[in-house]
Amino acid sequence: MSILTVSNISKKFEHTEVLKEISFKMERGDVLSILGSSGSGKTTLLRILNFLETADTGSITVNDEVTFDASNAGTKSEAEIRKNRLHFGMVFQSFNLFPQYTALQNVMLARELLEKAKPEFKTDKKRILEKIETEALELLNQMGLSDRKGHYPHQLSGGQCQRVAIARALALSPDILCFDEPTSALDPELTGEVLRVMKELADKNTTMIIVTHEIPFARDVSDRILFMDGGVIVEEGSPSEVIENPKEERTKQFLSKSNIK
Amino acid sequence: MKLIISQMPVVLESLNIGFLQTLKLFFVTLLGGFPLGLVMAFGSMSKFKPLSAITKLVIWFFRGTPLMIQLLIIYYFPGLVLGNPVWGGGEAGRFAAASLSFILNYSCYFSEIYRGGIQSVPIGQEEAGLVLGMTKGQIFFKVKLLQMIKHIVPPMSNEIITLVKDTSLARIIALQEIIWAGQSFMKGSKGISGAIWPMFFTAFYYLIFNGIMTVILSKLEKKLEFFR
Repeated sequence: MSILTVSNISKKFEHTEVLKEISFKMERGDVLSILGSSGSGKTTLLRILNFLETADTGSITVNDEVTFDASNAGTKSEAEIRKNRLHFGMVFQSFNLFPQYTALQNVMLARELLEKAKPEFKTDKKRILEKIETEALELLNQMGLSDRKGHYPHQLSGGQCQRVAIARALALSPDILCFDEPTSALDPELTGEVLRVMKELADKNTTMIIVTHEIPFARDVSDRILFMDGGVIVEEGSPSEVIENPKEERTKQFLSKSNIK
Repeated sequence: MKLIISQMPVVLESLNIGFLQTLKLFFVTLLGGFPLGLVMAFGSMSKFKPLSAITKLVIWFFRGTPLMIQLLIIYYFPGLVLGNPVWGGGEAGRFAAASLSFILNYSCYFSEIYRGGIQSVPIGQEEAGLVLGMTKGQIFFKVKLLQMIKHIVPPMSNEIITLVKDTSLARIIALQEIIWAGQSFMKGSKGISGAIWPMFFTAFYYLIFNGIMTVILSKLEKKLEFFR
């Protein structure tokens, strides 16, 4: 059983076709990297998975459960969309941490709000809140940020912010964690610490979709690579197939300009 | 000078009563204007075109005409034109009419400040909340509101300080606020007449109260400096 099945996703903005009939599958524990030049539609694809955009056609299935179907997209209630959204976690290029909360609070907030909405919260408040905090601290520890838990985002470096953002996404235990160019806003020194954390997650069999320009990293960490151009998947396969021995002319062109070696 | 000192207790008593009315109008305007302004901000940003058009029209009217005219229209229009003097003739009626005018006028200004504040919060904040499964309400109250407040404190401070002084316009419908109280000693009141100094003296009340407001507002601004 595939953890994720994307079929025939298309998306138009005004008159531009950003995605054309995109289909792919992914297995639990896989790391899938999406490569491609700017404007190839990779970010839009990620945003569609996270319900930040609505596809015009196609469907998305997570664990055999259809979470999105363009033919009845308008009929879903906000609550249903919210529930389906939680299959996915998202790490943004610009972190989007909440500035008025500390690192720890950033990680805890969404979990707290979700738990508070449940009926059993009232009777077991203290234990549940303690559990959320313990797990959030554990995540920060995993990100190497234990000593930064009380810091506000403006007191953290970009790399630290992004690691908090990763912990924040992990706090909701998503089935699939998505990264939208997570290191594009960081200088090379800080990029390393974020990639290291992502590598650790990959080693722990976290299912991840990574949109990135870090080709050597994608090669090392991914089980599969999608190369996109002009809204279509040009080539897909293992890193050795797509990155080491690309078949398509467009892929070769792209990789040769990215001087990976 | 001796005369002024002898008149002082009587004058101060009147001015204090007048200033109490000034403060009442000030706080009622804030109490009504803050929430109504927020509602209007959402109205003017609504994707439902008729609603945003109507809201913008209302804002255009209340910002485009003098508050003094609005006071006169709201107080006299029902009686003169509709033949139904809803406000009655007493001080309570004048206060109600003045409150309504001020709340409507100020909520229009507030709504534009709110709108600026709401739009200043980056879209990424909303998106981060959405992907974390938050509801629209949670995103507004738990994520955006404080960031918005931080942005609007400086322009809001300006409006609040202007409002303190604008309450004096209610004099035009004979609301017995502090200017009215000061002026009464020119015409003659409580055995004092032809005295112009009580009028001038009212300036101290505004000055001191605005001094207090400035301190409170800059304290608030400081308090919000813990994040960026």
